[in-house]
Amino acid sequence: MNNIINFFISLTNNFKAKVGLYILFIFIITSIFAPLIIGSPSDYVGVPLQAPSTEFWFGTNGQGQDVFAQTLHGAQKTLFIAFLSGFLVVLVGAFLGGVAGYFGSRLDDVISLLINVFLLLPGLPLMVILAAWLPPGPLTIIVVLVFTGWAWHARVLRSQVMVFSNQDFVLASKVCGESSFRIIMIEILPRMLPLIASSFIGATIYGIGAQVGLEFLGLGDISQVTWGTNLYWATNDLALLTGSWWTYVPTGVSIALVSLSLTLINFGIDELANPRLISERHLSNKLDGEFDRNSVTPVRMKNNVNT
Amino acid sequence: MNKSVIYIFRRFLFYCLAGFMAITLNFLIPRLMPGDPASIMFAQFKGKLKPEALDALKETFGFADGPLLMQYFDYLKHLFRGDFGVSISYFPQPVVEVISSGLYWTLFLAGTSLIISFILGSIVGIFLAWNRDQKLDSFLIPTLSFLGAFPYFFIAMLLLYYFGFILDWFPLRHAYSQYVTPGYNLDFIISVLSHSILPAFTLIFVSLGGWMLSMRNNMISILGTEYINYAKAIGYDKKILMFRFAARNALLPSITGFGMALGFILSGALLTEIIFSYPGQGYLLLQAVRAQDFPLLQGIFLTITFSVLLSNLIVDIILLLLDPRIRK
Repeated sequence: MNNIINFFISLTNNFKAKVGLYILFIFIITSIFAPLIIGSPSDYVGVPLQAPSTEFWFGTNGQGQDVFAQTLHGAQKTLFIAFLSGFLVVLVGAFLGGVAGYFGSRLDDVISLLINVFLLLPGLPLMVILAAWLPPGPLTIIVVLVFTGWAWHARVLRSQVMVFSNQDFVLASKVCGESSFRIIMIEILPRMLPLIASSFIGATIYGIGAQVGLEFLGLGDISQVTWGTNLYWATNDLALLTGSWWTYVPTGVSIALVSLSLTLINFGIDELANPRLISERHLSNKLDGEFDRNSVTPVRMKNNVNT
Repeated sequence: MNKSVIYIFRRFLFYCLAGFMAITLNFLIPRLMPGDPASIMFAQFKGKLKPEALDALKETFGFADGPLLMQYFDYLKHLFRGDFGVSISYFPQPVVEVISSGLYWTLFLAGTSLIISFILGSIVGIFLAWNRDQKLDSFLIPTLSFLGAFPYFFIAMLLLYYFGFILDWFPLRHAYSQYVTPGYNLDFIISVLSHSILPAFTLIFVSLGGWMLSMRNNMISILGTEYINYAKAIGYDKKILMFRFAARNALLPSITGFGMALGFILSGALLTEIIFSYPGQGYLLLQAVRAQDFPLLQGIFLTITFSVLLSNLIVDIILLLLDPRIRK
């Protein structure tokens, strides 16, 4: 447990991760409190397709709704679904990858084959087929995202579990008679925290993009206000042909900002956990950046370089 | 030589299996859903088709009486004959005809932009790795990530608005102007090119960063190896070092990634086509979703899956030619 807390503390000290966390924090807070600050996003507030003004900061859309309210409200459902699907994707990925990597042999062959097939199947058409058959709604979106997203993370986590499962501490646990389930869940997975965290973030980024794409196609619940349906209505109301850029730019920029913030957090995790980057950073601090970056991984000797 | 045949054969078997899984998914998904799949699937056909014709169509998708396994074989039988059923939104055209009318546009648009962005991104990636600089890195990587964070179709919307609507440099929609006759004449070719510039630029713009970063990272790890140090010590020319020694090896993981990225980029291309009303698979996909055209949807899924599998096989063969380690 101590490890986990330490990891998060050092993450907040990393510059890239800090910027990412700030951006993400702002979006999460505003989306939570949006319903308290501004009115309902589906109300008719004024003439449709008004350009941004002091009254309506982001203008109005084709149905005379306040785009600012829609952007803030949209964040709520979109982010919730993205984080939830990110969590579930990693859960499924960690389970299947963990089982495959730990037990190996036949079971690994079958799961690996499944992983490789799912990695090849083109995501969007598969998602569209699933979503078209299921009743529209958030649950459908989550099912679809997990079904199409788990394979990549299962593959990454599998190879890491494989490395661990031959190490002494795992062999020792086996000798002590610990169950396989306990070894995977308690001994191995917590040691892979940075990898799991970055998988979770990657899956969340995927969750945002894929979700918005599906809803943009009209496969979400179009009566709800999300970032995807905002873009759906923007094209449906011919925003492109009437030149009303303000109906889709705020939503698109928000999507990109949130994805960027998550990517930055992932960079931070990488810098903290990737041994090559760690030693490079220490060496660069010590030598004022004057060393050949292109040669073999610099190795930091203990007590040799002070941090 | 024998080894390479076995390698290609194994890959081929794997792709067959993947294709088979896609077909099975296509078969199973409707049947796992709540409600009666046959009546959902053909609800739009009511009144359009005679009862006998509807029964024939149901049989195409294996909705016959009998156990699931028999239905499955029925479905496979029709599929292997190239019978994907009849499209609802383009009634009474068969699905195969509808799809093949859009396939060339998608292959043309996505194929050319993919190749351009791969080549361009890889070349820039080589230089980025060679001139590695902390300041440039700390600026460039977040910028590229930021651009990559936009959904494909959103970039498409922005480009369409600025270059199509405001500046009026490029046409707003469709693959060619309605005033030219399709064929091998200059007007038609110019029209096709000018219509494809914006959508192609969108696809290149969004995917370029990924190729740049992956090539840069491959190059950096190659540049750290002993044989490059040795070549440096010998005093080889910078250009030879960069392109002949380092880049050729660094390219291999990128080419492997090419096959993997294909499905992802194709998905983005489909959404981009929708923005530009480009008459490819993406546009058909949208029509199919709007009209609840399940036969067309399933046909598009299979077509795109098989194009991805085929391209992966081609990538494997290219890798075999490029990487002697696979042959040994």
